[in-house]
Amino acid sequence: MRASAQERMGTAQGTIQAPETQAALPAGRAQAAPAMRTARRPRHGWTFAFLYALVVLLAIVYLIPVYMTVITSLKAPQDINLMTAWRPPAHPYWASYVQAFRQFAPTLRNSLILAVSATLLSAMMGSLNGYVLAKWGFRGSKWALPLILFGMFIPYQSILIPLFQFLRSVGLYGGLPGLILVHVVYGLPITTLLFHNFYVEIPDELLGSALIDGAEFFKIYRWIILPLSAPAFVVVGIWQFTQIWNEFLFAVTLTRPAFQPITVALANLAGGNAVYWNLPMAGSIIAALPTVLIYIFLGRYFIRGLLAGALKG
Amino acid sequence: MNSRSDRLAAILVILPSLLLLAVFVYGFIGQTLWVSLTDWGQGAGALALNPQIHWVGLENYKSLFTGFLDVRFRQDMVNMVFFTVLFVGASLLLGLLLAILIDQHLPGEGVFRTIFLYPMSLSLVVTGTIWRWMLQPQGGINALPTLFGLPASNFLWMSSRTQILQFNWQALPAYLCWAGVAVLAVAACVYLVKGRHKTAAFFAAPALLLLALVAWGPAGRAALLPYPETHGFNLALLGIVLAAVWQMSGYTMALYLAGLRTIPDELREAARVDGASPLQVYRYVELPLLAPITWSAVIILGHIALKIFDLVFAMAGPDNASTSVPAISMYLTTFRGNQFATGAAIAVVLLLMVAALIIPYLASLLRPGRAQ
Repeated sequence: MRASAQERMGTAQGTIQAPETQAALPAGRAQAAPAMRTARRPRHGWTFAFLYALVVLLAIVYLIPVYMTVITSLKAPQDINLMTAWRPPAHPYWASYVQAFRQFAPTLRNSLILAVSATLLSAMMGSLNGYVLAKWGFRGSKWALPLILFGMFIPYQSILIPLFQFLRSVGLYGGLPGLILVHVVYGLPITTLLFHNFYVEIPDELLGSALIDGAEFFKIYRWIILPLSAPAFVVVGIWQFTQIWNEFLFAVTLTRPAFQPITVALANLAGGNAVYWNLPMAGSIIAALPTVLIYIFLGRYFIRGLLAGALKG
Repeated sequence: MNSRSDRLAAILVILPSLLLLAVFVYGFIGQTLWVSLTDWGQGAGALALNPQIHWVGLENYKSLFTGFLDVRFRQDMVNMVFFTVLFVGASLLLGLLLAILIDQHLPGEGVFRTIFLYPMSLSLVVTGTIWRWMLQPQGGINALPTLFGLPASNFLWMSSRTQILQFNWQALPAYLCWAGVAVLAVAACVYLVKGRHKTAAFFAAPALLLLALVAWGPAGRAALLPYPETHGFNLALLGIVLAAVWQMSGYTMALYLAGLRTIPDELREAARVDGASPLQVYRYVELPLLAPITWSAVIILGHIALKIFDLVFAMAGPDNASTSVPAISMYLTTFRGNQFATGAAIAVVLLLMVAALIIPYLASLLRPGRAQ
């Protein structure tokens, strides 16, 4: 316990390596430490009641938007008004979901194709890059990582005009392949970082023995690194899928209507001075469902990506 | 490691990614910079693949900060600064509170953590749509008081035209100089107290010079504009801040929790044995150890705030001037107005501000053996 806490303390303060050190650790170890901690101090009745009331109150506040979204999405348009805004509908009105789903079907398909293919490609490239940077440092590779990472912090407005021109000149503007390319390229910094931090934790001795056996670069990757990479692929996959599914700026500037992802469709639906809010609310739920389900069921992998990757913003 | 062919293989494997990023990040930034120094979009044929463009130097920047037509950009900058300060401040405070609460190991800890963090998994467009509804003049939040028998609020969340803390843009150079004097003076005092007189003098000298410039010299009277132009904090931004804090405070909580869990129990135990109350343990043991986490949170949240685009777009629409930020006007000028050069100049200003936060952060990663 003590060793583990202190080890992590060494890296877990302040720098990028900070919290996501956990991302890089094999699952068992990262989970073990918090679980072993005991209650911090004796509980006095009143302190406990106060803290518990506070945390419950805050939880309710955080859940209010979900409540409002769900009840509004289930109301018939004529039932939505100021006086009853907080009241659930007497009879759920499911037609908004049918309509929103029908309207969103093509954009859902676009988002799915986009997110899955860009996630797979950027994860594979990130894995190879991370392997090279973590295990095969070359001259100048110390500078490579920060230079690569800069790419995930920049406001994308600062590359948007040349990107737009470039995609138009190579005939990729407006469609999904162009958008996939864009997401793969600008996904490389974060996937490279996540895999790099994971591979750094794999002891060099493991590779050393393989080298003595005559294995080389690709064989080490294929037979030693890759089989150990499953947790990293899960973290990176979840992170990239969520980010790309939720992305808006590239989607709104680089696609034609037929290939727009769901975020653009939702913004258009809600932005058109909507009078009735049942449809945008049902649309929000449909657009949010994939990433929220991932968060609920694979939360701990999501958080590992988040701590390293929310850097991305 | 060893053989030559392996080294070659390693470099060949990473080369495509490096080339892609060299072009798509650094090359494109260079190109944006160049575009911002031209008149692209101010003549006809902006959308031609080979438009007629001419070099105009810093004209676009000059016009953004002092031109008659670009008044909206200046208010955007002011909006961005206020949004950033409020959003970062509120997220840090709320995030720290949530982290401390979760860290008490109350029953149901995991459920609460999940609830506080779930907004992070949503798209900012979804968040924006939901909060757009909640903050409608006739919507949920304004109706909240009626649940307790109070009259409904009628605050116009995103469309309020009220502006507070107004100042004159003409005087901006003077304000910036005074701010510079204050920062340098504080730095000088800190080093003076620490007994490092040389470093203190290093800060004090420019502070005095700047003070002279602004109090008696040209900087105090230099005006950016020939006429007064007021800007201030638009209350319409409060709704955006609210939604952004709802979305990101859970992330701040996660950062602080990760930090709290690295503090060895022995430290807390020792403090308790020495008679510290729970509050004192936080104040004197844990908060100081969390300082580095706070700094990275400020940098991360700060650069997110500077770049904020999706949320404003979805909540208030891109055309709502009261809530606009430079990221939005860059989109409008470039993709609606085809004013590529002006858009590029806004993008470069945005990039410079983000880079001012991020580059020191990345550089600190390069320094080996840093204590933090």
